[in-house]
Amino acid sequence: MTQDEMQRQRIESICAVGLRVGALSGVDPGALTFCFETAVSDTPLTGAKLEVEFVPARGRCRSCGHEFEAEDFLFLCSKCDSRDVDMLTGQELDIVYLSKP
Amino acid sequence: MSEKVSVEKKVLSENDRIAAQIREKLGAKRIVALNLVSSPGSGKTSLLERTLDALNGDIKMALVAGDVQTENDAKRLIRAGGMLVRPIVTGGACHLDASMVSNALNQLDLTDVDVLFIENVGNLVCPSSYDLGEDMKVVVISTTEGDDKPLKYPSMFRRSSAMVINKVDLLGLSDFDVSKVKDNALGINGGLRIFEVSCRTGAGLNDWYTWLRELIIRKKRNET
Repeated sequence: MTQDEMQRQRIESICAVGLRVGALSGVDPGALTFCFETAVSDTPLTGAKLEVEFVPARGRCRSCGHEFEAEDFLFLCSKCDSRDVDMLTGQELDIVYLSKP
Repeated sequence: MSEKVSVEKKVLSENDRIAAQIREKLGAKRIVALNLVSSPGSGKTSLLERTLDALNGDIKMALVAGDVQTENDAKRLIRAGGMLVRPIVTGGACHLDASMVSNALNQLDLTDVDVLFIENVGNLVCPSSYDLGEDMKVVVISTTEGDDKPLKYPSMFRRSSAMVINKVDLLGLSDFDVSKVKDNALGINGGLRIFEVSCRTGAGLNDWYTWLRELIIRKKRNET
């Protein structure tokens, strides 16, 4: 995907890929960084770093409107105990930017 | 000084694009699509066998059965009376993706089908990230597993709309606590519809069948 994007935006080389990773994305940033460094060796992306922005799981209570971080992924309103909670963030897995040297 | 070039693309955007096509195709035909997920051995295939046995002829079902290796699950579904069954052998992949499902659906005649069941690979991690164009995910858990599974795999329970607790005939033989698993699951996702069933004895399955019929009626009326 990164190489497609480099081609599309006519970028010759990059030094970093910015990634947004939600707490509920199923991706472990450490493991992904390790794989990324291995995967890019001997490709046009050699040497590029992965810069991960981690996004916690946050919810908004549909009963009282309270917004809170869902610790341990419990979507239980910390103000009124309601379980009727919309997820605001936490599912992200996005390429945010490419950095040119 | 490096320069940042904005991209802002979902890593799974290609999967999501195909999933949207599937959703549109099934939506136009008013087919309810359920993505069944669970650990290996919780009873996804058994639940579908029971459902075929009880509702075949009454409602028209199409089934796509994913497995890492073998077509055993698909064969079981055909033996149980499934007329429209396609296996997907992932050859090592731990989840189904939208392109696999799309290819399988192209090989099925979906005329007059009421409900499509997509039986995912037994895995509570990766399948949660892949949209297959379903209306909802149904997570199956069984009483021979830990009742803390919702806490261990929150993403899957958060993204599911219903939870089927299977093997309730074995309650008492393990330390599985039904009220605890419900509490754990509802903490992650307060909107979960919960069924307690035994695919071996048939206990509790009537509620599941009733819910399926309601989904189909609502889909035909275009309410979902």
